[in-house]
Amino acid sequence: MFSKKFANYFILRILLACNFEFFFEISMPIPTPFHLRTSVLCKSHEWRNWSGYLAAIKYGPTHDHEYYAIRNSAGLIDVNSLFKYEITGPDAALLVDRIITRDVSKCKVGQVLYTSWCDEAGKMIDDGTVQRLQENHFRITAADPSLRWFQDCGLGMAVNIENVSEKLCALALQGPNSRNILKEIFTGADLDSLKFFWLADGEIDGFPVTISRTGYTGDLGYELWVAPENALKLWDALMETGRGHGITAAGLDALDMVRIEAGLLLIEVDYISSMKALIEARKSSPFEAGLGWSVKLANKDFVGRKALLAEKEKGSRWNLVGLEVKWQDIERLFDAVDLPPLVAGTASRLAVPVYKKGKQIGQATSSTFSPLLKKYIALATLKTEYAEPGTKVNFEITVEFVRKQAEATVVQTPFFNPERKRSCPKSE
Amino acid sequence: MPNKYDAIIIGGGHNGLINAAYLARAGLKVLVLEQRYLVGGATVTEELYPGFKYTVFSYVVSLMRPEIIRDLDLPRHGLTVLPLESTLTPLSDGTCLYRDNDHYRTLRDIARFSQRDAEAYEDYGRTMLFMAKAVKYMLGIIPPDPTKINPKDLFGLAGLGKHLLGLSEENLHMLIKLMTMSSADFLEQWFETDVLKATLAASGIIGTFLGPRSPGTAYVLLHHYMGEIDGNFRTWGFAKGGTGAIADAIASAARELGVEIQTETAVEKVMVKGGKVAGVALKNGNEFLSDVVVSSLDPNMTFLKLIDAEHLPVDLLASIKKFKFNGSSGKVNLALDAAPDLKCMPGYGPHLRGAISISPSVDYLERAYDDAKYGNFSQKPYIDIIIPSMIDPDMAPPGKHVMSCFVQYAPYNLKEGTWEERREEFGDTVINTVAEYIPNLKDIILHRQVITPLDIEQTIGLSQGNIFAGELSLSQLFFLRPAAGIAKYRTPVKNYYQCGSGTHPGGGIMGAPGRLAAMEILKDLRKPRREGQ
Repeated sequence: MFSKKFANYFILRILLACNFEFFFEISMPIPTPFHLRTSVLCKSHEWRNWSGYLAAIKYGPTHDHEYYAIRNSAGLIDVNSLFKYEITGPDAALLVDRIITRDVSKCKVGQVLYTSWCDEAGKMIDDGTVQRLQENHFRITAADPSLRWFQDCGLGMAVNIENVSEKLCALALQGPNSRNILKEIFTGADLDSLKFFWLADGEIDGFPVTISRTGYTGDLGYELWVAPENALKLWDALMETGRGHGITAAGLDALDMVRIEAGLLLIEVDYISSMKALIEARKSSPFEAGLGWSVKLANKDFVGRKALLAEKEKGSRWNLVGLEVKWQDIERLFDAVDLPPLVAGTASRLAVPVYKKGKQIGQATSSTFSPLLKKYIALATLKTEYAEPGTKVNFEITVEFVRKQAEATVVQTPFFNPERKRSCPKSE
Repeated sequence: MPNKYDAIIIGGGHNGLINAAYLARAGLKVLVLEQRYLVGGATVTEELYPGFKYTVFSYVVSLMRPEIIRDLDLPRHGLTVLPLESTLTPLSDGTCLYRDNDHYRTLRDIARFSQRDAEAYEDYGRTMLFMAKAVKYMLGIIPPDPTKINPKDLFGLAGLGKHLLGLSEENLHMLIKLMTMSSADFLEQWFETDVLKATLAASGIIGTFLGPRSPGTAYVLLHHYMGEIDGNFRTWGFAKGGTGAIADAIASAARELGVEIQTETAVEKVMVKGGKVAGVALKNGNEFLSDVVVSSLDPNMTFLKLIDAEHLPVDLLASIKKFKFNGSSGKVNLALDAAPDLKCMPGYGPHLRGAISISPSVDYLERAYDDAKYGNFSQKPYIDIIIPSMIDPDMAPPGKHVMSCFVQYAPYNLKEGTWEERREEFGDTVINTVAEYIPNLKDIILHRQVITPLDIEQTIGLSQGNIFAGELSLSQLFFLRPAAGIAKYRTPVKNYYQCGSGTHPGGGIMGAPGRLAAMEILKDLRKPRREGQ
């Protein structure tokens, strides 16, 4: 009897040990270089798989404080899950110009561009930023793995394309106090004159850091780029200096709300990569995704240009716009069933139908109540004829399991666009 | 004539500014006159020590009506309300009751005292949600007078009756209990834990000259729960930049709508000609002419100071004379060199971003009231503390802090000595009490401001220092606020109106009196209403 029990126990231990090892062998998702810090702070133990990395959804019991930190003081966000590529070589500028819809000749050394890139049919593959580190040295951030596509675009060109995702860590410091925090510890460049979408090299505590004045929040903010061995040192330096400025580690729930306020798109939510779309109808051109301003059809050739030229001529079928849902309608709909409006909280990534006179004219793909603006806002793809700002449409809202409609107005994005996002204390 | 306006609002507090904004929105030429150097009245932020911004009087916000925020587009004018996420009640044995936005953690903390109470806490929250929803209706209507037989009042009463009958029997009973009970008795229905009852009951005594065991305080408790932020009742917040930022946002919205605001312009008298207002006479001797004059000051100022008695009926004067003010609160504002360190929860942490309530037991609060009843300030006062710089780091230099201590009781009429003589003694009592729970407090104080009820009266004109511009007792609410027959923002003098917290639905940074008064004025002037009004 005893021996059988013992044997059972022994087998269990072996199984556990194997399992444990097994767990480490192919653990998925994997921690980022900041995990030793984020995992201690993440009291909620809520994580999301972001491109194979562990990303905190929220650190505290709710994301409220993190959301307000980004808008009121400073939020520190682990954005290491972005894919990063460096393109060098004599033809580097030529290649980047071929990939992206924007004009690289307008991008000076030290400047950053936000852009999308398309397939030959002019449908978006991905969007991201392009940093011009040197005349012929670029760094591109992407939401999806892009090495193969960049290599294909560069066939026959004198370029070197390297995936530096593992060699370079990214951390975002966003919010009105972000500049003041960095000014205390960053040496090498004057942050008071670093303009929106420019970058600077320098040091923090003796290790090299590149700072770009970019981000996914539509606020004053920076993204910091360091080698993995300095990742924790960077995190610690920022947290320590930032304490008096209200720095707070912020997770994806907070980020999702602020990026909607900023009118920034999320791939696989607001549009689908043409590389992944199962059917043609799911693909979007930059014009359809509200990024028409970033398509430079003159003076350059790029992948998808012909198709986009034709689309521009013909007009786009869809247009991505902002919607402001009438709060009084939401209140009234909930009040009819004796409930307070149960919509405040996190951002929703569930697509919601948008109607006009009973007919569906598109869908809202991201929506959130904005505690800052006191408005319920959404990003929606609508048929072009209904995309004019000021157009009244109807937004579907489910109240007590019943589908209702609330009035919504088409507006231009960003919903929130503070002066501090672009302003410089010392303008040159 | 350059100095002629459609409407002049006396007092640049939040209600005055809101009233002005709504009138200007309807096309009126509006002037706001404020005696101080800044607008806001009781909602002001002042830098009284270099680099440290004090929320001098009012310090938190919740009651501000959402329709006002929306109509005046206050977020665009800079209004941001940051959440207050927790309430911590320290106890003398070095432990505490800590309730925060982590629901189950809070229940666990209450269960340390009583498992029953932890479960009752949810039920209590649900009941108060229904209660807040029930009274929300009343916040948005002009109070009908049940003694008047005219179509408007009858119609209003019918609407109110329909609303009340729409409540479930259970909720209607609860509402009547709330209106009549003491907050301690009311809470007794759910809880046995003294510290929990005391901390919740504290909301029922704020701003009143009543103790937690005085009947009527349960209503005041509800008054503090009616606030909603983004549709969530009972939530309290801190305005970025302090409460002064709320006034600034409203003033900015008002200016954009064309309102003219003059500070450092004190009004002496409302001028009356032929039973009708003609304008205002200033303390500096100047005059402004206007068709309409609106007083946002309290009933005492509005009826007994600003206007000559000859223009008002004797019975009205008598009832205003009897209107209770009974200021009972003071404040101590501190500039701190470092973060306060709590005995019960040492170190830096999210608990410093919430409220700290010195309310260890119901007896403690009642004894604090006993002192006041007999003309002294509480020797062990109830104190509601927040550390604004923890919520909005811009309130103080990095690493330094400001602390706001709301103190009760501090009776306006002292039995011994005057407030001038006893101000510092009062301040010391407060600091000594807080230091029992925050041991490093005395070592980190850089500057302190002690505010007595007399200071409140003299600085911002709230009679006897009553923060609600008149007690929030049932006898002074709804169609009796400020007195029977004049509860609809009008006065016996034609075109002289009132829009302050001394009118329905009362005080707090709510704005409802300012807005409702504007609607009534526009009705009298037969101006078309705009959507949202």
